[in-house]
Amino acid sequence: MIEMQDAAYGYGAEPLLSGLSLHLPPGSFHFLTGPSGAGKTTFLKLCYAELLPTGGSVSLFGHTATGLSRDGIADLRQRIGVVHQDCRFLDHLPLHENIALPLTVSAKGGLVQDANLAELVGWVGLSARANALPPELSGGERQRAALARAIIMDPDLILADEPTGNVDWEMSLRLLNLLVELNKLGKTVVIATHDLALIRAAKQKVQARVLRIQGGQIMAAGADL
Amino acid sequence: MSIRGNLLALVRGDGQADRVVPRSGQSARLTLATSAAMAFLAVFAMALSTASGRLADRWSDALAQSSTIRISAPAAEVEAQTWAVLTLLEQTPGVQSARALSDEDQQALLAPWFGPDLPLDDLPIPRLVEIVETPEGYDSDGLRQRLAAEAPGAVLDDHDRWRRPLAEAAGRLRLLGGLALVLILGATAAMVTLAAQSALSANEQVVRVMRLVGARDSYIASAFVRRFTIRTLTGAGVGTLLGLLAVAMLPSARDTAALLTGLSFSGASWFWPLIIPPLAAATAFVATRVAAFRTLKGLK
Repeated sequence: MIEMQDAAYGYGAEPLLSGLSLHLPPGSFHFLTGPSGAGKTTFLKLCYAELLPTGGSVSLFGHTATGLSRDGIADLRQRIGVVHQDCRFLDHLPLHENIALPLTVSAKGGLVQDANLAELVGWVGLSARANALPPELSGGERQRAALARAIIMDPDLILADEPTGNVDWEMSLRLLNLLVELNKLGKTVVIATHDLALIRAAKQKVQARVLRIQGGQIMAAGADL
Repeated sequence: MSIRGNLLALVRGDGQADRVVPRSGQSARLTLATSAAMAFLAVFAMALSTASGRLADRWSDALAQSSTIRISAPAAEVEAQTWAVLTLLEQTPGVQSARALSDEDQQALLAPWFGPDLPLDDLPIPRLVEIVETPEGYDSDGLRQRLAAEAPGAVLDDHDRWRRPLAEAAGRLRLLGGLALVLILGATAAMVTLAAQSALSANEQVVRVMRLVGARDSYIASAFVRRFTIRTLTGAGVGTLLGLLAVAMLPSARDTAALLTGLSFSGASWFWPLIIPPLAAATAFVATRVAAFRTLKGLK
């Protein structure tokens, strides 16, 4: 699904990440940890081609990221659901339209079924807030809405960047349960987090692989958790 | 998406896509007002162009159908040469009629400059022969050669030296009118480009979210292109209508009218300004599309 070969990325002359070589197989569950500024978000951006590697290669669903056209990247993102910590929404559209946005902008816009959308909104527990505007939502509601938007296209890969950063522990567990549920449906999940308690909680529910970014390198972790 | 596909999408419209991009009041008002003003000016440029074209045709036709022979000869030979010229003209193909101006006619011609009491007999005024041509006209070079042989004091003036600068001036005016139209379209394109870039910059967050969820550039661009094209079409429609009303309210042209009083449309040319709104919309379509794709290329 995602394969990196000696991949590197740097914002300036010094590479932030280098020598990244790994393989994320379909249906796997990964945590990405590391100190702030280590490059977790950069790693995720390489996974959905918002950033292209400055060295080595990144292969997404069999396509070399650097060889993709802009349309190719757009099409690829329809197979990837992304949940950001800051949950970017279109503030002028009600929640249910924001959740349906990936379908709206894709050629599958006509496939939006009110029933399916309502079911998804209910699954993340936001039925009562479906017509609210994003600025009216709490942090937890925004995170759940972002998750619903990320999975509405039935993606193969879900990338979540600090999805529990702005919510309390109870909400963190609810979000984790939703992601575990999706993984059990065959989705590949990658969560960037520095919340070790969340990782420990997840390990009781799912077989998760923990990757640690430190000093620009990525390595398997787990013994310390 | 191809230009053709984009045009079809423009006509069909996409309610969802239209909703995705928030309405931006300032750029909307700017586009509407400027395209209306530009269309208003374009109507006047078109009126100037058609009026100058009409004047050029009128001047050319009026002068082209007539010419004059001036006979400057000693008093004793004037009558003989006049008779020779008239006989020659009767035999010249392309001459419909010819007549020697009487003393009264010549007096009337000179009266505006010298007054009504001009003593023609005391002055060496040349005799004038007025020629009315057939639509095909005559061979002026051939006629000059025959006049030189049979009436040495006769000089043919086919009005070419008057007609040419007048026709050239009117042609230049028509060209200036066309150039003004091109400049107006160019200014419209520049204005729409700036407004579209401003709207895209103001909606950068919206564009980033759309890219994030898998929207292609063509989809994002079409939402902006459709909006700006429709705004320009609407503004230009209003401007054209107001321009036509303003032209219609100008003083009406008479036969002797000068350029300013003749600045109007006539007959079918009243319909020509109707091309301005679709032309402005097409300009906006291309300008917004180019601006949108250029801006989108700068975003990941």
